[in-house]
Amino acid sequence: MADYETIPINTLFEIPKLNPGVMKESSPFVAAPAHQEALGFPGELVDNWQEKAIEKLGELLEKSRALRVYMDGCVKCGACTDKCHYFLGTGDPKNMPVARQDLLRKIYRRYFTFSGKYFPKLVGAEDLTKEVLDDWYSYFHQCSQCRRCSVYCPYGIDTAEISMAAREIMDHIGKGQKYCNEILGKVHKIGNNLGLPEKALINTLEDLEEDIEDETGVKVRIPVNEKGADILLVTPSADFFAEPHIDGLIGYAKVFHQAGASWTVSSYASEAANFAMFIGSYEQMKLVAERIRKAAQDLGVKRIIFGECGHAWRVAYSFMNTLAGPFDFLDPAYPVPQHICEYTWDLIQKDKLTLDKSANDHMTLTFHDSCNVARGSRMGDTPGGQFEIPRAIIKAVCNNFVDMAPDTIKEGTFCCGGGGGLLTDDLMEIRTKGASPRMTALQEVVKDSGVTHMAAICAICKTQFAKIMPTYGIGMDRIVSLHQLVSNAIVLDVPPEDEVEAETNEDVATA
Amino acid sequence: MLLSTIFAVLFYLATAFLVVGLAYKIRLYARTPAPLKIPTTPAPVTQTGVVLRMFREVAFFESLFKSNKWTWLFGWVFHFAMLLVVLRHLRYFTEPVWSWVNLIQPFGKYAGFAMLAGLLALWARRFLVERVRYISGPSDHLMLMLLVGIAASGLMMKYVVHTDIVALKAFALGLIYFNWQPLPADPVLILHLSLVLILMFVFPISKLLHAPGVFFSPSRNQVDNPREKRHLAPWAAALDSEPNGGE
Ligand code: SF4
Ligand code: SF4
Repeated sequence: MADYETIPINTLFEIPKLNPGVMKESSPFVAAPAHQEALGFPGELVDNWQEKAIEKLGELLEKSRALRVYMDGCVKCGACTDKCHYFLGTGDPKNMPVARQDLLRKIYRRYFTFSGKYFPKLVGAEDLTKEVLDDWYSYFHQCSQCRRCSVYCPYGIDTAEISMAAREIMDHIGKGQKYCNEILGKVHKIGNNLGLPEKALINTLEDLEEDIEDETGVKVRIPVNEKGADILLVTPSADFFAEPHIDGLIGYAKVFHQAGASWTVSSYASEAANFAMFIGSYEQMKLVAERIRKAAQDLGVKRIIFGECGHAWRVAYSFMNTLAGPFDFLDPAYPVPQHICEYTWDLIQKDKLTLDKSANDHMTLTFHDSCNVARGSRMGDTPGGQFEIPRAIIKAVCNNFVDMAPDTIKEGTFCCGGGGGLLTDDLMEIRTKGASPRMTALQEVVKDSGVTHMAAICAICKTQFAKIMPTYGIGMDRIVSLHQLVSNAIVLDVPPEDEVEAETNEDVATA
Repeated sequence: MLLSTIFAVLFYLATAFLVVGLAYKIRLYARTPAPLKIPTTPAPVTQTGVVLRMFREVAFFESLFKSNKWTWLFGWVFHFAMLLVVLRHLRYFTEPVWSWVNLIQPFGKYAGFAMLAGLLALWARRFLVERVRYISGPSDHLMLMLLVGIAASGLMMKYVVHTDIVALKAFALGLIYFNWQPLPADPVLILHLSLVLILMFVFPISKLLHAPGVFFSPSRNQVDNPREKRHLAPWAAALDSEPNGGE
């Protein structure tokens, strides 16, 4: 790896000096023609790409009020300049949210405004050149669409919307990103980001059931494609096999088990993630969301619950009703969809779970608010439930909990550094640097409050942290799933010996 | 009289341009659909809540306050001093002067200084803070120059070289009632009015659009109720009925 291997921890909120162009070369692999074409995008950069790009921008301006208002509204007040973790981690001025927006805004001004057409120099309007496109490709892939900047902008200008639009334009001229587009292809073909087919999924989950039984002595089921189940669980596919995700899945299964719920996962919609949000494609996002609708209809479930995944929850909570609704075929007694944390918290409040907090006494926890959950969604009935409910669960299952610095949590939370389609090895440098604000805040509570572990409710966060925490001198096993904590604390009723025997024998007989 | 005629015509043109330009932009913002629910959360879950959020944003610059206390202070002082100053100026356009305009007169008189101070502080940031310097373009400096010019020339007339305010008021009322009166040929006044004219022309084609824009910002004006109420833009609804859409 390059020279960013060991990164000193900043003092909190030290704003870097500008270092123009340091991250210019950081750009992800370009999607291969096959990956592009599978999504209906041109295979490679089209000849008249300038013309096409401007045409697409014009189309998006017609379709999105956010884009139109945000292109006009920025007053260059600078309030957002020190809010992006990628700027704080790199010092590259083009990672300041307003400067990132300006990469698109200067083109907007040049081709769509009076002042930019006639006085380009005055208002910073520029022609769309190859250099501009290169900057787009680099810097719009150094934005995790975390919306932190939008919290602090006096007009709520959301750079995520602008990055999404820029990526949508680039896809349409044939310059897509390999990571996102390849993954979307897999979802369309197989049903999940990992390309895990039905058979493999069923086998994996059967193995997992055995593991749980070996460990707890209780047969906790993880049903797949079970028609007529009440609940469809849609969870990120990382939950099916990766650490620490899988411990979260075990947690959901134990919660469902103890609640006596009838539930299932679907192999057709075996993915909560919807990477189409990252590439800003409404059409793609709709196609992926419709898989979940179809699975729910085919299985005849009554409710849909989402597992721990940040952007997936944003798409599910904020967009799914729009994209694939109305969900009037589900039980109207429950919100559609629900978050697993809402479900678990409800059970805890009704005293339906037997919990032994001391099972987590070997840990002191802190909680990482995932950006998409924090600033793009909600849990429960009141604003801010997305902060309170996960914390309430942690406190119900753990004795030791400490929050990180107030400016780095809840609505001000820092992205893990790997969101927005950046969780790929070809972007390791920006991922590592972008994680520094979160790592700094974590280090502080590790030092001052003896925090040993950080819980998260996002597959991307968990993967990213497991990968980069060692760079910051923190062990990769220090990131845990929230439902892993629930899993530890939950006390299952162990059936009497002979019953277990009988069941096991039966299993053998039918195997 | 030539000067008066030029200014009278320019004021009509500027007013028309300002009104038509803003109306065009506002219509465009209002007409452009917002395809998805994107309020920056935590967001209000009711329409009343959204009105309150918007009020806090517009009246107190809530988000800016969260961001940077200095920028907030300078920005807020400038905007509200300007508001007072503008309201105070109503006395030149009304006869008899509305009583509440008289009421704010004592404050409005000094607000000019606060406005100027706020502007200069904001301008200083564009030179002193490296990040803000980087994002400032020529138009950002020119805009501040324009506003500083307006404030400074106004203060000049109020406190240093008084202009014939009675004649000026006659000119202003004449514009409104189409009964043109001569404009005092006073250089500071001419400068002041010229800069105001430029501002009026620039408003609908510049970043000053942030004023109407803020009300249309989906991250601030949307209700957080996507699960309860299906939100659908017309162009998105059309996708629902496409062969591969819906089911
Ligand atoms: S959305 Fe997040 S990553 Fe993108 S510019 Fe804003 S703060 Fe940075
Ligand atoms: S905070 Fe908003 S208005 Fe201010 S510079 Fe950033 S994007 Fe522009």
